[in-house]
Amino acid sequence: MSNRLRALIAVALAAAAVAACAAKTPPAPAAAAPKAPPERYSRDPYPSTYHPYPGTPTLVRNVTIYDGEGGRIDNGAILFADGKIVALGRSVDAPAGAAVIDGHGKWVTPGIIDVHSHLGDYPSPSVEAHQDGNEATGPVHPDVWAEHSVWPQDPGFSRALVNGGVTTLEILPGSANLFGGRSVTLKNVPARTVQAMKFPGAPYGLKMACGENPKRVYGGRNQMPGSRMANIAMDRATWARAAEYKRKWDKYEKSGGDMPTRDIGLDTLRGVLAGEILVQNHCYRADEMAIVIDMAKEFGYHVAAFHHAVEAYKIADLLRDNHVCAAMWADWWGFKMEAYDAVSENIALVHNAGACAIVHSDDPNGIQRLYQEAAKAVAAGRRIGIAIPDEVAWEWLSINPARAIGIAERTGSLKPGKMADVVLWNGNPFSVYTRPEKVWIDGALLYDALDPARHPVSDFELGQPGEGDVK
Amino acid sequence: MFLAASCFVVAPVAAQTVAITGGTVALGDGSEPIEGGIVVIRDGRILAAGRGVAIPADAQRVDATGKWVTPGIIAGFSRIGLVEIDAVDATNDVQAGNSPFSAAIDVAPAVNPRAAAIQVNRAGGVTRAVVAPGTARSIFGGQGAVIDLGVDMSPITRARAFQFVELGEEGARGAGGSRASAHVLFRNALREARDLGRFSGIAGGRGGERTPRANDQRDLPLEDQPDNRLISAGATRPEDVLLTRFDAAALVPVLQGRQLLLVHVERASDILQVLALKAEFAKLRLVLVGVAEGWTVADKIAAAGIPVIASALTDLPNSFEQLAATQSNIGRMRAAGVKVAMGMIDDDDSRQVRLERQYAGNLVALTRVPRATGLSWGEALATITSAPAEAVGMGGELGSLRAGRRADVVIWDGDPLENSSAALMVMIDGVQQPLDNHQTKLRDRYRTPAEGQLPKAYER
Repeated sequence: MSNRLRALIAVALAAAAVAACAAKTPPAPAAAAPKAPPERYSRDPYPSTYHPYPGTPTLVRNVTIYDGEGGRIDNGAILFADGKIVALGRSVDAPAGAAVIDGHGKWVTPGIIDVHSHLGDYPSPSVEAHQDGNEATGPVHPDVWAEHSVWPQDPGFSRALVNGGVTTLEILPGSANLFGGRSVTLKNVPARTVQAMKFPGAPYGLKMACGENPKRVYGGRNQMPGSRMANIAMDRATWARAAEYKRKWDKYEKSGGDMPTRDIGLDTLRGVLAGEILVQNHCYRADEMAIVIDMAKEFGYHVAAFHHAVEAYKIADLLRDNHVCAAMWADWWGFKMEAYDAVSENIALVHNAGACAIVHSDDPNGIQRLYQEAAKAVAAGRRIGIAIPDEVAWEWLSINPARAIGIAERTGSLKPGKMADVVLWNGNPFSVYTRPEKVWIDGALLYDALDPARHPVSDFELGQPGEGDVK
Repeated sequence: MFLAASCFVVAPVAAQTVAITGGTVALGDGSEPIEGGIVVIRDGRILAAGRGVAIPADAQRVDATGKWVTPGIIAGFSRIGLVEIDAVDATNDVQAGNSPFSAAIDVAPAVNPRAAAIQVNRAGGVTRAVVAPGTARSIFGGQGAVIDLGVDMSPITRARAFQFVELGEEGARGAGGSRASAHVLFRNALREARDLGRFSGIAGGRGGERTPRANDQRDLPLEDQPDNRLISAGATRPEDVLLTRFDAAALVPVLQGRQLLLVHVERASDILQVLALKAEFAKLRLVLVGVAEGWTVADKIAAAGIPVIASALTDLPNSFEQLAATQSNIGRMRAAGVKVAMGMIDDDDSRQVRLERQYAGNLVALTRVPRATGLSWGEALATITSAPAEAVGMGGELGSLRAGRRADVVIWDGDPLENSSAALMVMIDGVQQPLDNHQTKLRDRYRTPAEGQLPKAYER
């Protein structure tokens, strides 16, 4: 259901309630004061105002298609119209008025989804005034929301679109804190406001972090947490508070009475415990991921994905059995102690164990080459005898990240009825010599390498040297 | 993988003749690859390479059919060997924030040939690197080295190959807050060096035991590596000095044009200021580093004949000195006649120089993007082999498979600029190198994650 539709329904219900009340005789005064009816606080106070831009019904034919869920069609065709995938197969008829593109020698894939980006909250230029991703004034900040930091004019969004074929991305708070705050999922569409980029109906995420960063930031100030054990201790104390908050509010929202005190941070944690908000957990080391998995069981939540899971290969079986995705780099390593045990086969090993593997960036440059990172990972796997077909490896860039951030019903693969988030590549996308040629978001052509007019330029870049350059 | 080490047992020592046959050979000099090429190595140097090369009777033959053969990758600007883990201060020797010295600092003693980064990048086909110190409290970082990534304990190819100075944003920071101050400090430093050079002789000896060799004209003579921090005891200095004696002495060979000066700048106006230094200090041998906006003044850089070591894929205005950044920078500068090599400036310079070949592949990709400017395949390979060698004055020694160069040779399982390819055999100075390391051993241990009869600690 779109937010707009949901809002309309909420308004309609409220009107019906008023009408019903007006029609009834007021009840006789009871002996005790009546319980006030419950009031729900808004779960969506900064709603998406995104709307798909107009598109032309488009048929790409004679093209190699990876559908994002492991399927492949050679010399196939794909049709999308009205913002949605209509059909794909060996042969698809073009409706009247459709744009027909010959895709000979080219590839079509779903748009890439990056589950870990700081575009907008650590934007370019990377000046002090733009450092908006970490509320590093206390280790527990589930009250902050990344969307309140995102600068839509970050030129990085356009680079991710035109060079990277990225159509959806989750912007996270940083990892200074145990509880970093809420993430926001965006369509990679230039906009005046962050609301106009928000992926309609996408669930929120909660950024959590284990390991070195929180204990370094606060331990260095002689504050808690100064150790990994304190990381977990503070996590648990916070979850215990959240559980109590949830009990109070659940009861109130069911039965009414005195409204409990609102706590913006605990709202977020309540949402996690209710399964409405997905935990995205920065965690490098295998042993720490195992602890977090048990902590989630202790408090009744689920970790959607471990991010920067450099040691995921050591516990790929555990990740599989607990249905936790691992979001990984292809070959980053060694920049800090907890990244020392990286292996280039990490992604392939996780996939091979039957767990959910994701390629992520955490970087405004890396996000432009996620498809190349996947290519490196699949090749590393093949060299140790793990033969993963390219079209299956594309799951790491599309349907798996879509699942991890709760939008897999809407996008992340080229299934009829899904959003037409589509990239046409000028060759095999696992080749270093390949670049996006066209990118559609909800069926709207937002990048075309052949048409400089379909090349976004952020406000920041206007009038600067290199404005409108190919970049 | 495991096969890599075992299928090519080539040259355990340098004093052998080896002929690599049947492979696609890329010389690294900008030319396009040659199918069915031959590379002959003798006594640790390239004897000949190309098509129809005679194979000496005593040569050990290595069949590289279906494989690619290139010179080893040279990291054009890096900090490799100076760091084990960046965020573990005790293992990070890039910069010295509390040192009283700047220009006098020499990275050579800090290079650890057993650093994990050396092993991992060697396995990635990187055989040499330009290693620069980072700046801390001064505009001068000190003296960088050219190193090899071999397994032996002698990593230094050329110590004190260059002096490194920051003259952009970073330089302004080191100079107390402005570019103007950085330029005054720079001139004062050279003035102090000039005074010192006038009042004293440079002591110090020859830089090693090497026999002098015939080099390309552009090369600095190999034997000319005095420890320029050493000044005769009787040297006198004027009273108005800012630099320590060691720092001033270290700049004497820069002033005299006997040591290269690598200058990091990004902004177009900063680049032009550096070019202008030549008018003031005629003997300076400059190399520009970074140069994100170089394409906007490429004709002037080309006219000055100053080589550039540039980042390949910087395309964001990460700072206000990189507003015009584009991946086409290298291609456009090259098209304007600038000699361009690739470096890892502010980009995982301590660990990921192996990514340079991916970056080079991306520069080729740009040739297929309308309005972008890329490089041909051969030119792209040259930016990570011969061009960096030439930029640091060692093109006669390193960076290509042309006769006489050191035999740094890599056999790849495919096109080395492709993401799917990996190094199968790496040779440095004609000696085959081990490719296993911390990462490959972890990979082998965890090929299956679950424990067997014993804990993982017993699997190796």
